[in-house]
Amino acid sequence: MEVPILRQGQYLIASIQSALTDADLSHLREALIAQVGRSRCRGVIVDVTALDVMDSFAVRTLRDIAHMARLRGAETVIVGIQPDVAFAMVQLGLTLKGVATVLDLEEGLAFLDSRTKATLDTKPKRGRG
Amino acid sequence: MGEELRLPIAADVDVVEARQQGRALAAVAGFSSGEQTVIAAAISEIARNILMYAKKGEIILSLVQNGDRQGVSVVAIDQGPGIPDIDRAMQYGYSTSHGVGAGLPGAKRLMDEFEVDSIVGRGTTITMKKWRRSI
Repeated sequence: MEVPILRQGQYLIASIQSALTDADLSHLREALIAQVGRSRCRGVIVDVTALDVMDSFAVRTLRDIAHMARLRGAETVIVGIQPDVAFAMVQLGLTLKGVATVLDLEEGLAFLDSRTKATLDTKPKRGRG
Repeated sequence: MGEELRLPIAADVDVVEARQQGRALAAVAGFSSGEQTVIAAAISEIARNILMYAKKGEIILSLVQNGDRQGVSVVAIDQGPGIPDIDRAMQYGYSTSHGVGAGLPGAKRLMDEFEVDSIVGRGTTITMKKWRRSI
């Protein structure tokens, strides 16, 4: 099951539509990181609302996506972790330390807006010539 | 008691199938949706372990009863290389496969009962159960 990746302005939105196999997750990671470069985007949203379970492999892959995207100059935010999924993650002892998570897509867009705006504002001004 | 569901594990789609069947069975047993997800996550971890270490094996799901308590039993069987050091394999963060090291200890945390039976060169059987909290 391939995860569709949409482009919206400066952001990529990967919207997971169903349960994913490990191979699907790895493929999503490769596709997102490649597309961050191709589309020169500044932010990535991974919507996991439809994910049935977040086990150790899923958590590691999402963390890898966030860290790799950051190395490529894009911020990542995970949106839509369901209450039951969060419950199981905590019991499993899995955290998404160092990865931004917000409630839903709307919050995700707002988060990226504030993040990318902040980095643009702090960018040193370049002199001419 | 009841019938058991035998699910072959030989590819990563089988891991998804096993955890979804496990969730469905947990729903039949009357577990809350949070606990169904917990059981599904535990199945996902041990089914992946079968793939990673033994390439193939089987997950057997069944409903169990103890007095008036209902539960779900998950048995994972493989004829893989076995686990040379079970104590280490049960340590959180220890992995011989570049994994997270959350597989076995993670599944143990999620379930109420957890037993590993492994013979090097012969294979591994993991038996785990989760019981419904009595109301």
